[in-house]
Amino acid sequence: MYAFDVVRPSSLDEAVAALGEEDAQALSGGQTLIPTLKQRLAMPSKLVSLTGIADLQGVSADGGTITIGGATPHATVAAEAGSFPALAQLAGNIGDPAVRNRGTIGGSLANNDPSACYPAAALGAGATITTNSRAIAADDYFQGLFTTALDEGEVVTSVSFPVPEKAAYVKFEQPASRFALVGVFVTKSGGDVRVAVTGASNDGVFRWSEAEAALSGNFAPEAIDGLSVSGDDMISDLHGSGAYRAHLVGVMTKRAVAAANG
Amino acid sequence: MPKDHGIGASPKRREDVRFLTGAGNYTDDINVYGQTYVHFLRSDVAHGTINSVDTGAAAGMPGVVRIFTGADFEGVGGLPCGWQVTDKHGEAMKEPGHPVLAQGKVRHVGDPIAAVVAESLEEARNAAEAIEVDITELPAVVDMKSALEAGSTKVHDDLSDNLCYDWQFGSDQAAVDEAFANAAHVTTLDLRNNRLVANPMEPRVALGDYNRANDESTLYTTSQNPHVIRLLMGAFVLGLPEHKLRVVAPDVGGGFGTKIFHYAEEAFVTFASRQINRPVKWTSTRSEAFMSDAHGRDHVTTIELALDADNNFTGLRTDTHANMGAYLSTFASSVPTWLHGTLMAGNYKTPAVQVNVKAVFTNTVAVDAYRGAGRPEATFQLERLVDKAARELGVDPIALRRQNFITEFPYATPVAVEYDTGNYHATMDTLESMIDREGFAARRAESASRGKLRGLGVNCYIEACGIAPSNLVGQLGARAGLYDAATVRVNATGSISVMVGAHSHGQGHETVFPQVVAEMLGIDEGMVDIVHGDSSKIPFGMGTYGSRSLAVCGSAMVRATEKIINKAKKIAAHLLEASEADIELKDGQFSVAGTDKSVAWGDVTLAAYVPHNYPLEDIEPGLEETAFYDPANFTYPSGAYACEVEVDPETGKVTVLDFAAADDFGNVVNPMIVEGQVHGGLAQGIGQALLENCAYDENGQLLSASYMDYAMPRADDVPYYKVDHSNVTPCTHNPLGVKGCGEAGAIGSPPALVNAVLDALNAAGHDIGHIDMPLSPSRVWSAING
Repeated sequence: MYAFDVVRPSSLDEAVAALGEEDAQALSGGQTLIPTLKQRLAMPSKLVSLTGIADLQGVSADGGTITIGGATPHATVAAEAGSFPALAQLAGNIGDPAVRNRGTIGGSLANNDPSACYPAAALGAGATITTNSRAIAADDYFQGLFTTALDEGEVVTSVSFPVPEKAAYVKFEQPASRFALVGVFVTKSGGDVRVAVTGASNDGVFRWSEAEAALSGNFAPEAIDGLSVSGDDMISDLHGSGAYRAHLVGVMTKRAVAAANG
Repeated sequence: MPKDHGIGASPKRREDVRFLTGAGNYTDDINVYGQTYVHFLRSDVAHGTINSVDTGAAAGMPGVVRIFTGADFEGVGGLPCGWQVTDKHGEAMKEPGHPVLAQGKVRHVGDPIAAVVAESLEEARNAAEAIEVDITELPAVVDMKSALEAGSTKVHDDLSDNLCYDWQFGSDQAAVDEAFANAAHVTTLDLRNNRLVANPMEPRVALGDYNRANDESTLYTTSQNPHVIRLLMGAFVLGLPEHKLRVVAPDVGGGFGTKIFHYAEEAFVTFASRQINRPVKWTSTRSEAFMSDAHGRDHVTTIELALDADNNFTGLRTDTHANMGAYLSTFASSVPTWLHGTLMAGNYKTPAVQVNVKAVFTNTVAVDAYRGAGRPEATFQLERLVDKAARELGVDPIALRRQNFITEFPYATPVAVEYDTGNYHATMDTLESMIDREGFAARRAESASRGKLRGLGVNCYIEACGIAPSNLVGQLGARAGLYDAATVRVNATGSISVMVGAHSHGQGHETVFPQVVAEMLGIDEGMVDIVHGDSSKIPFGMGTYGSRSLAVCGSAMVRATEKIINKAKKIAAHLLEASEADIELKDGQFSVAGTDKSVAWGDVTLAAYVPHNYPLEDIEPGLEETAFYDPANFTYPSGAYACEVEVDPETGKVTVLDFAAADDFGNVVNPMIVEGQVHGGLAQGIGQALLENCAYDENGQLLSASYMDYAMPRADDVPYYKVDHSNVTPCTHNPLGVKGCGEAGAIGSPPALVNAVLDALNAAGHDIGHIDMPLSPSRVWSAING
């Protein structure tokens, strides 16, 4: 990697100030950034670590909402988000133990890898992403591959999930990386059903609105019989064609609905 | 009651204490005063003409000691190939030059263009970015069949085309033609044996250290065979005499074949250290390993089997394209020919067998031996074909195999080798007892109740190990002998150091070899250590590959120990004032037959080194003996394997539920280590069949260039194995009766797995002839959905 400075502020204000410097880069677990640096594919002047900021840590539940600090590692979410079991289970199946003890929810959402798990949870649950300057609805937050509504230097401070009545996440793993080849997060709250798909689309995480409409009337796997997404917009690579991923979106959605129904 | 020591016992691996507690000494752990670091600037295009390499700006950057390019290696030899294959027209194979650093052209992604030697690795990398390389990119040749078309771009401009050799072997044409002309049924199969990256846990490392005080160079390197590297690099590349060149391969973290070969980086650090008079170290990154370690397999094959009306195999012919990559790696030419063609008879008494192989140059990383080396490719095509034949004929796949088994030994195959011994029905009997075939229908029904398709696949394998009889391989083109050597050095107080030519990089030699010596002498294993991996300490041996260590080097060790016993008996006879013929050795005591007179091992060894009372007129003092052992034949381990899988038809995902391996390894010295070797081989075979795929795009860019895209098997991809090695037909020609076990698992497992998946799909009503490995979910799903 190229040489850089590292600061580890203990307050959000210090972090935001440090991020205002030229070519400064936020580091929140570093599970993508550190390998990128090792390959000399990025050249920040300063890394601003967010994981030492106490206000960005932890899981709290309050009145049907669960709020997770932006720098909370996946392992903590897996252990402490018990009031939203589908979310805890998702966090507990990201990567391996080393990744789960380092990687953070804010880091994942800020990176918005098209195959990451957390974007599906945030979009599927209708979460709110709170930053140092504003609150952004998940529906407005994800804007394509590795692209989000975050401005330069903006920090994810917390993510709030309304706890749904029913939910499940089903991930079909890419055999090598074990990222999601297709992952589907389904929630049901009253008549409101959300289906968020990660891993599959050239545009990153998306909501499958046709399936949502069908499931709103009948929250059962067979409700989406006959529905399909188009393979044209799906990722096609060594591990599967767009058509295969489109097929898996249907299969995984049904399995997620079945799992959500217990 | 199992033995608790000696041959047949399973002491824990003594080397694991240091490996598991961080005390291992790997090449990267070695650092020498004044050491510099090299970073290789590698080609990012698959094929191109180098117009210029401007190192001017880079040379002035901080920490740079010197920058080398291909021009610095003019006059230095290229990397040699160790096996001359003669084609079917009697012509020698084409051997293009393989410079240490690219000269004139780059021929694959990863081909080294320049090398920056600097005070630190980061400084070397910084300077490498400042080197200005002007390359005119040329069309890349990736697909083997297009590489052979007239007018194809040539990987090597000085060759007439991209064909390395066109080789034919086996029964004469008339016999093969007749078998097919008269066949009642012919089964044909087209398949690809997927290209693999070996991926040892420890990447390659090389440290060159020139000492001007005595004009001696030392190369520390991650090698399976330090003496082979010394010979190849000294004699053929750098022109250094053996007595001025020491090659040390310390603890090595896995080889799987890919650390057999002599690599450019080894020659570079040795050469550069002499040039700058300082040590030069290179440690491969994992990314570099993907594009510079020799790859494995990559065969495209059409194979046909002729059967008579009674389902007897009457003829077999196979036509393979074997990818050599851009350059000929050390043993690349031998893998698809002599290590592959000679195994095409398999376990069957097919009277006519013909093998055709076209070896092809492409703009890809060189391909060479990988665990099994040619034998997995032979086994896979044959055992897939036999399974397909059974399905086409509607007969039981085990019965069809049994009907055609070789049952009388020795058996001379139509493909040059003579199997000395074996019992294929016995291993198949054992396999059947391990897999509960009767209960399979119920298990399949249970899977079906969950929407899953269950399949059971079997196969047999035979391999040729204990490589190899030197006179035979010499006739076949080997440019080296393949004996091995051991020196047994008994110390004054009776402890023993055994210097061996074999190299242990995970096999457990440090535990197993002492078991043999201790058993022969009747002493405690703890009194025996082996020394390996340092050309200045060990006799000239050929190293470890081809499941040869115990069969060849172990045999040398037995012969040397026999010499020790003979001499020790002379000493004991003198001490006991008895006739040498009456001396018996048992439990570490030399005694006079029929008397209670005896002398202990330690008293005899002490007398050898403190010869106050000693037959100096008859024998020399000291107790140290060396033996070289050249095997009379290959050894032929064999076995029968079975795999049970479940396929999720909605996703194509294959789950391996059960794997059973019944092997005949001949005699076994340490059953625990043998089982571990089988387990590891099975994991690699399952990896090839299910997960691993080294893929290039049409421009020669490596698509699977990291673990993000190259799928290695993990613990949860493999089942709990059932392994058995109770069927023993001892090798008839080596003193221990051992055959070798290192490669069997990787050879025998891919066809069983693929056969199982096809059984699952076809039993469910599909009609699928074959699916190419790896059987990834998307490929299986695509096969199901046409």
